[in-house]
Amino acid sequence: MIENDLLEETAHTLMTKAGIEIPDDYLNGIKAMAQAEEGDLSSFVLKAMLENWEAAKEDRRPMCADTGLPRYYVKIGNEAKIDGGFIALERALRQATARATTSVPLRPNRVHPLWRTDNNNNVGINAPEIDWSFEPDADWVDITTVHKGGLFGTDYRMLFPGDGIDGIKRFVLDTLISFGKRGLACQPAIVGIGVGGSKDTCMVLGKQAACLRTVGDRNPDPEIAKLELELQELGNSIGMGAMGFVGKSMVVDCHVEVGYTHTGGMPVSVHCFCLSSRRATARIHADGQVEYRTDPQWFTPYIRRDTVDWGTTAQAAAE
Amino acid sequence: MSTLREVRLKSPVRQEDLDKLQLGDVVYIDGLIYTGREGVYRRVIDEGHALPIDPAQVGNVNFHCSPAASVKPDGGYSIGAVTATASFRFAKWMERWFALSGAKVIIGKGGMSEADYKRLFVPAGAVYLTTVGYGTGALLGRGIKRVHDVHWLDELGIAQAMWVIEVEKFGPLLVDGDAQGNSLFERNNKEINAGLDKLYEGLKKPALSRFGETDDRDHELI
Repeated sequence: MIENDLLEETAHTLMTKAGIEIPDDYLNGIKAMAQAEEGDLSSFVLKAMLENWEAAKEDRRPMCADTGLPRYYVKIGNEAKIDGGFIALERALRQATARATTSVPLRPNRVHPLWRTDNNNNVGINAPEIDWSFEPDADWVDITTVHKGGLFGTDYRMLFPGDGIDGIKRFVLDTLISFGKRGLACQPAIVGIGVGGSKDTCMVLGKQAACLRTVGDRNPDPEIAKLELELQELGNSIGMGAMGFVGKSMVVDCHVEVGYTHTGGMPVSVHCFCLSSRRATARIHADGQVEYRTDPQWFTPYIRRDTVDWGTTAQAAAE
Repeated sequence: MSTLREVRLKSPVRQEDLDKLQLGDVVYIDGLIYTGREGVYRRVIDEGHALPIDPAQVGNVNFHCSPAASVKPDGGYSIGAVTATASFRFAKWMERWFALSGAKVIIGKGGMSEADYKRLFVPAGAVYLTTVGYGTGALLGRGIKRVHDVHWLDELGIAQAMWVIEVEKFGPLLVDGDAQGNSLFERNNKEINAGLDKLYEGLKKPALSRFGETDDRDHELI
């Protein structure tokens, strides 16, 4: 049985880590880009960001004052037992968010969309979002928090099968160019692309591709992996770098996730996870042990399954 | 490899120092600066409330920012990180704001258009400095010595309140809009725009167009 207090404490630690510590995969990706950048302004910006992340860790202060929209992705092992069940877990995650807003501090960004009222704790109607997924043959709970900025760098389009890869390239270029100017996308970004699914699924997949996969990670489908690298290359050939200054540092990595879609359509979404690519994950084991990491390991073979059945050990034993 | 020039400005800044700034200069600020964005602008300009303080006493540097701040149990304030918000949304208030506040420096994210600089900033003798990154929140946070004062915290909330802060080597910032109203961003855009058509060469037209690709609302999308 995983205790409720432990879940809340862990979620609070994750909020703090995400806000302050840039993940190593992203840091190394930007270091490599800073080495290669030839535009003097873009290069200056990248070096300032490298200093900024050091300062954040040294001072234990948020790397960016726009601490985004703090939210959660939770993966539950099929055999995990949670004290108080899912309702208690959701409460713990909301409580940790409210507490971290004061203790880190995070900016109380969450307001009512119409009345602009602010609870000053990043909690409200449908906030923070909690996305759920499951994992066979596991008794742990993985909690990931992502703090993603909200205003620029994301777009959705309904494309059609005949548009093909050209259509995706055109849309990615449109998005990166329009949001890249003046650096509104806070690039270099991890660009996440959702292809297929229902419209809402398409947005969710693209967002998860940007926020829940690490720099250097490739899709297991070799053709999709090739497309990821091709789109990264395309983005970096625009001639635009950090803050929209002349350069070539636009896309630190590109991740594509797919979902089966309507036979007549090919919806596509593009998401930019910014220069403060904030994510942190913890695995809480059944015995109460907690391990922290920065790779969410969200896209498991189980998540990407395309079959009806997925065998579990328990089923195999029964058979 | 950086060939950029570094400049220290003391707030309240003097006109002669602003006139010397060049596009792309890296600027650090010392002295008092204050935050103010749509909440403050609306309250002062649209609703006609008097400024809560004499602007001359809080420097002449207006920062488009919401700090990651909290009110401590003892009533004091703690600011962790500060980062600018995108300024283009505030252009419509700038003319009145310059007149009412005497601000000479706007710090924000992403600048405004060169047309706005020439129309609004040049007559007020003001320049625009952009934050870097975006999101050098920790570096900027380090530059904050203390919260001097906060106004309209109850009325506008933490994010929109007018925070008056004492800063030392606050930066880095880049000169986007100089005293002549030139824009560093637009200069870079021009250079990048020249290569854009080439990127689309050979890509076939999409099956469905969308508004935004044409200005003509009479056109069909198919």
